[in-house]
Amino acid sequence: MLLVISGTTFIIYKVILAVAVFAVSLGVAAYATYGERKIAAFLQDRVGPDRAGPFGLLQPLADGVKMFMKEEIIPTVSNKALFILGPSLFMITALLTGAVIPWGPDLVIGGERYPLQVTDVNIGVLYLLGVVSVGVYGIMLGGWASNNKYSLMGALRASSQMISYEIAMGLSVIALVMVTGTLSLREIADQQTSWHWNIIYQPLGFLIFFICALAETNRAPFDLPECETELVGGYHTEYSSMKLGLFLFSEYINMFISSAVMATFYFGGYNMPFIGRWVSDPNWLAFWGVIFFFGKIIFFIFTFMWIRWTLPRFRYDQLMNLGWKILIPLAIFNLAVVTPLIMLAFGKLKF
Amino acid sequence: MTITHILFLVLSVVAVLSAAIVVLNSNPVRNVLLLIVCFFSIAGHYVLLNAQFLAAVHVIVYAGAIMVLFLFVIMLLNLNKESEPHKPAWEKIIAVIAGGIFFVTLVGALKGTDVIVRNASGTSLGDSGIPSPEIGLVESLGKVLFSDFLVPFELSSILFLGAMVGAVMLGKKNIK
Repeated sequence: MLLVISGTTFIIYKVILAVAVFAVSLGVAAYATYGERKIAAFLQDRVGPDRAGPFGLLQPLADGVKMFMKEEIIPTVSNKALFILGPSLFMITALLTGAVIPWGPDLVIGGERYPLQVTDVNIGVLYLLGVVSVGVYGIMLGGWASNNKYSLMGALRASSQMISYEIAMGLSVIALVMVTGTLSLREIADQQTSWHWNIIYQPLGFLIFFICALAETNRAPFDLPECETELVGGYHTEYSSMKLGLFLFSEYINMFISSAVMATFYFGGYNMPFIGRWVSDPNWLAFWGVIFFFGKIIFFIFTFMWIRWTLPRFRYDQLMNLGWKILIPLAIFNLAVVTPLIMLAFGKLKF
Repeated sequence: MTITHILFLVLSVVAVLSAAIVVLNSNPVRNVLLLIVCFFSIAGHYVLLNAQFLAAVHVIVYAGAIMVLFLFVIMLLNLNKESEPHKPAWEKIIAVIAGGIFFVTLVGALKGTDVIVRNASGTSLGDSGIPSPEIGLVESLGKVLFSDFLVPFELSSILFLGAMVGAVMLGKKNIK
């Protein structure tokens, strides 16, 4: 019988895990900026950053130093408190979501079980939706406090876009919750052993979720809030130095976390088919689980970038039409198909 | 004093203070932000009462959707200046009386639910007055909603549907 840890060990372990998740989120986000530039270069037949270190691997560091060294400008006409609050809030909400993601199977040390998840709240899915819905405040406040028309336009676009796509996202997640029968991310990941990935049961749901994730993270082709051909820099026009850095960096953290969420929801989380045949030790299983999980995450991050450098940007009315007239009806259709099938599967419905 | 008590006190002070400032202050954007703070502290209260589901839904619906729309409108109208028209005193008194009556009705309506919930979920309030941990979970809440409160639940969903259709109708520009 394995015991779940308790007491002081528990607190120390959770602190270590939380710091690790924090550091990994930042690290992955930093190298995602490098990856973005390399992939952009590859798709456009260029070399990309290659000056700092071997293959330009120190580029994120150089970018970070540059961001910190730049002059800090706070416009005199701006609302100072909110101007500073905006990027901070955006960063905080981006980092909050990492807490409920199950990063791997349990570690077993000395007969005690160490789950690789900061907290397994039984409403994990709702927690994610809640944090995502609050995330828009950072952009809104930052854009409004700048007291600049372009910033305001960007902020309004961001908030209307995020509200619109949250609905379709929520509806696709409801279908997933009905299939899995739980709101806990750990249980969702555990259910998808070997090849029983939710993508098989929810292909349409995944497609809707993926498009909404693109829109929620403000990635191209949904990057209208910072559309540089129309709005200079969108909501971060007035921002400079590391405040701008926080806005840009949060986008990559959001991308990392939403990739992790998609991998957990639809692609088996840390599960991999047939891994149980070769590995039986729980710690090695946890190790490979984390590796596979990050493999899936990196694949999704690559897909995000691939889409960005392939597709042109939507026009604003096209964006709204896609969200309200295509994705929401599709999500409702998905729900309407899934519900009777689940009732059939549980034997509650008879013809 | 346990951690729960300290948390309860902190959350209560934050909730009451922020709500009071929202009512007394007349800077629209600050009011919206303080109202969001107030909603978050109420969500914290729900968590203390083991109603995690309610807390999450509260944050999603109120802080995440309704307040975003509030902020949206205030930003669009740019109500930055204190240009709010002052209402006459009698209107304020009537509003207070109406709000008070609504409050009394709510308390009266909620008084009876305690027994029903206890019977439905098979749990009871402990000596501390804090409900058992299972009461706020999605499962027990769903069971209660779809058995004892089925009619009010369905009626309110019809109300929502009507409101949605009405909003779409109002939003259309050219209706014959």
